[in-house]
Amino acid sequence: MSAFAESGRTAVDLIVHADPVLLHTVGLSLSVSGTATLLAAGLGLALGAWLAVARFPGHRLAALVLNTLLALPSVVVGLVVYLLLSRSGPLGSWGILFTPTAMVVAQTILVLPVVAALTRQLVGDSLRDGGDQLRSMGAGPLSCALLMLVHDRWAVLTVLIAAFGRAIAEVGAVMVVGGNIDGITRVMTTSIALETSKGDLPLAMALGIVLLAVVGVVNIGIGMTQRGHGSALAGVR
Amino acid sequence: MNCQPTGASPPLVRLRELSVHFGAVQALRNVSLDVRRGDFIALVGANGSGKTTLLRALHGMLRHQGSRELADASLVQAMVFQRPFVMRLSVVNNLRLALWLARVPRAEWAGRAALALRRVGMAELGERPARALSGGQQQRLALARAWAIQPQILFLDEPTASLDPSAKKDVEALLAGFAADGMTMVMSTHNLGQAKRLARRVVYLDQGEIQRDLPTEAFFGERGSARIDQFLKGEMAWQLES
Repeated sequence: MSAFAESGRTAVDLIVHADPVLLHTVGLSLSVSGTATLLAAGLGLALGAWLAVARFPGHRLAALVLNTLLALPSVVVGLVVYLLLSRSGPLGSWGILFTPTAMVVAQTILVLPVVAALTRQLVGDSLRDGGDQLRSMGAGPLSCALLMLVHDRWAVLTVLIAAFGRAIAEVGAVMVVGGNIDGITRVMTTSIALETSKGDLPLAMALGIVLLAVVGVVNIGIGMTQRGHGSALAGVR
Repeated sequence: MNCQPTGASPPLVRLRELSVHFGAVQALRNVSLDVRRGDFIALVGANGSGKTTLLRALHGMLRHQGSRELADASLVQAMVFQRPFVMRLSVVNNLRLALWLARVPRAEWAGRAALALRRVGMAELGERPARALSGGQQQRLALARAWAIQPQILFLDEPTASLDPSAKKDVEALLAGFAADGMTMVMSTHNLGQAKRLARRVVYLDQGEIQRDLPTEAFFGERGSARIDQFLKGEMAWQLES
């Protein structure tokens, strides 16, 4: 229990004293994972909506592959991106390996299947409910799917929260393509892995608590927005 | 016996020998039907007789064999379903969406939406979230959405089947008003009393085939087919009053 208590105290100290290294690490985590989630949202929402309505040979196989990619190991994504971005790789000329940009690329690839697969399911369910009616009003298949994204916008937001959670909590991909360079590519999860390997378990645990707290604050903000919408609805019933 | 009226105006929609299959099931068999301007047709028949399929075929929503001809390629059609799907948007935005999908010029949206809401008695509900409306109000919104695009033909799939008696009465009054304005309508219904009150023509379907197509009075006065008698006797007793 003392280790947990010490971790809790350390976590509070780090937050209360606004440790500059911690702030930088948290900021980098949020910016890398936030950017990756936004990029994955742009691509994944469109891909998921399209897959919900598109019918082509191999459509079922595409859906199966997408669902399988939900279990994509982050370290494998890191390795693939590393091989692509390494000096001898096809994208080596970009020179972005061991930079936050490479971490964004890796996390985008990691969470893209999450956004696309859940969106495909969400839009498909809604289309079963109202697709015929939208089509009878003149909407084409893709318009129907995109309208369902508007219709289910709060569920879409939950999908994006799940994607952000997957991105900010992963360690394998950012470790491989970022290199965990102090002050440059060190994020919360790689810090935790480093402190664990050094044997400083209370600090590692404390960083874990801070990570959860940061994600919790983000979710509270989103939750308040959703609740605000819900109360507005209830107020006019 | 099919006794389609032979008015001078060409039919808005003409089906000839139209069949629809869902896998191994034949939902419609060689159906021929003309829908003329000003018609108010009630499609009646038992469950699974093909009423909804026929409505969807008339609307052009189904793959089919046989022919479906429109009087005008740009015929404006709308359809109201038993359980209306309304978007999680305000009432007025649901109307704007319908107008956008119907390619109505944006300059006309506000005027048409306001008129449509007034038409269905919901003028004061424009800013409400559509999903917060009662079932009857949502159905009236669906009717407003259809009416706003000024369709030349309106299809109604059991529009009052899931409504309470009061909401049912409201919707029937609206439909009677639309009919009085000359709107062409085709409605599927299980409610023979409703068909008798509203429709000018009754089409009776059985196992995917049109068995009768008669003016309303003639349909309800006719005897001679055992199956129609059975259908009428089975449902008239409790539905004519509702």
